[in-house]
Amino acid sequence: MTSVGTRSTFVRRPHREKDISACGLIGFINRDGRRVSGEPIIRAIINMHDRGNGLGGGFAAYGIYPEFKDAYALHLMYDEENAIAETERLVRSRLNVAHAEAIPVFPTGTVREHPEFRRYFTYVPDSVTMDHDDYVVRLVMEINVRIDGAFVVSSGRNMGAFKGVGYPEDLAQFFRLDEYEAYLWTAHNRFPTNTPGWWGGAHPFTILDWSIVHNGEISSYGINRRYLESFGYVCTLMTDTEVVAYLFDLLVRRHRLTFEQAAMVMAPPFWEDIDRMPPEERRQATLLRQIYASAALNGPFAFLFGYNGGLIGLNDRVKLRPLVVAERGDRVYMASEESAIRTISPDLDRIAYPTAGQPVIARLYAAEEDTPANAVHSANALHSLEGEQVHGI
Amino acid sequence: MASETLPLATAQAVTISAAGVYYRALNEQLRAAIRAGAMEVTLTDVTGQRYIGTGIQAPSVKIHIYGVPGEDLGAFMEGPHVIVHNNAQDGVGNTMNEGRIEVHGQAGDVIGYGMRGGRILIKGDVGYRVGIHMKGYREKQPLIIIGGCAGNFFGEYMAGGCQVLLGIGQSETKPVVGHYCATGMHGGVMYIRGTLDDHQLGKEVKQFPLDAQDREFLTPILADFAATFDLREKLTEFERYAKIVPVSTRPYGRLYVY
Repeated sequence: MTSVGTRSTFVRRPHREKDISACGLIGFINRDGRRVSGEPIIRAIINMHDRGNGLGGGFAAYGIYPEFKDAYALHLMYDEENAIAETERLVRSRLNVAHAEAIPVFPTGTVREHPEFRRYFTYVPDSVTMDHDDYVVRLVMEINVRIDGAFVVSSGRNMGAFKGVGYPEDLAQFFRLDEYEAYLWTAHNRFPTNTPGWWGGAHPFTILDWSIVHNGEISSYGINRRYLESFGYVCTLMTDTEVVAYLFDLLVRRHRLTFEQAAMVMAPPFWEDIDRMPPEERRQATLLRQIYASAALNGPFAFLFGYNGGLIGLNDRVKLRPLVVAERGDRVYMASEESAIRTISPDLDRIAYPTAGQPVIARLYAAEEDTPANAVHSANALHSLEGEQVHGI
Repeated sequence: MASETLPLATAQAVTISAAGVYYRALNEQLRAAIRAGAMEVTLTDVTGQRYIGTGIQAPSVKIHIYGVPGEDLGAFMEGPHVIVHNNAQDGVGNTMNEGRIEVHGQAGDVIGYGMRGGRILIKGDVGYRVGIHMKGYREKQPLIIIGGCAGNFFGEYMAGGCQVLLGIGQSETKPVVGHYCATGMHGGVMYIRGTLDDHQLGKEVKQFPLDAQDREFLTPILADFAATFDLREKLTEFERYAKIVPVSTRPYGRLYVY
């Protein structure tokens, strides 16, 4: 269906199966910042084994690198020996590399043939005057576009993504995720539909510390991709979900929208619903739809979106994919199925189904203090966007 | 299914632990127990196993479920009485033909999709697209009763049968039902307890106050619901209900005809 990407090489040759759709996803955050091993998230995603078909699985984990917590942790996936040297030359020419190592892997079960994984803990040199996050985004794009056989899996601080072809439980074993400790975990079990099942196309998709796991399909991929290109983002991973990671970076980090506003951009309310809103809300919704028409996501989706400060769940505006949220003590869960949550937390304080298009936001207690200031900032940013052309990096 | 390979139950009441059992094996055990004459089967430690009770044709069998059953509980079911003692997920009673499903908690999206007979009772809230494409024909009149609130597209394209939405727990911020309720509805009836704005409803339906016949029809249904879930809330203040029926049996009949 959607034609995605034009690369000449693939990491481990994409499979070509096409079947019905039903990805599975789950995530949880310890809002007090307490870190736990990957063991519970692995057990939870195993409960939804049948939602995937072995053509993709992955995890995002936050808080896993406390010894390098301020460094941009670049996770790289290599399909070719030559790509390693070329990428490392490029990375070292742009960034100060504090530490580099192979990501420990353990080929087992269904995951035997695999690309090579390395990680680099890096700092932006003091001499760089441009915004450091923008600088890293630009480097990520350059590696993905320019170097055949090299893909950046994640590039955030104190977080990492681990993904590939296989069932998520096999990939968890492959990456030894029970040996990592994180305060926020997301997991994905893939059932590829319109795009190939290959290592780079597994979820999560990331940029900086933004990560996304997604069930559904983004029919507006073409429009979204072209829109993002005008801001310097290049889609190279041949899966529709990639655009959502970059949209979050654009809308929230660069344009300083709140998560609520970003959600309204991606899952815009119907005009007839906007007509019934109170005046100020109506004005804002109208502006968001007008300014960000090309950032609206068309098609069914339920996604979980992680960043250093929290976890967000969002459904498309007519809720065509399942999503359930639950709370137990300091922990918030979001998943495709309640049973996956109950597998690791039989008792819950609260469980609810989100409303279509309404984001569910669970922040770290430590990140919560920033929120009001951020919200004010966003309202101002929205004013300044009105009637003004927004330029890319 | 190869019945000779399955264990035979001899007792009238059988308990099966679902802990760590794959859905196919669990359903085979359930069917085998019923074939062997069990009248009451209790499934314990259920964690998301799909298709429980699907297609089972056994009118007087009771199936108790402890834990959260997976998608398509009781799909195409014909007869059994399923009692879920926890929450249920999506697709409960998909195209169900006869029997009864009680959920003593909440349930997810697309409950009773294309349902054509039997009764589904959900104590709490439900998600989106509940009772869509329900059908009714002569004595086959499916019924869904929900204690809590429902999301958007409630009863979309409903062609027959009846849905009752009680809205227990509704508030300023939690409407009894979402938008696009009864959109494309062209048969059957809905009773909704609570305040409904016309904009929440599809263009093919209108809301009316209840008449004597409606009250008479609803009274035993509400009594059944209250008894099933041991509710004390008074459900028979009929002036709080709206009746929603299609104003045309062929809402799109004039769309392509001049």
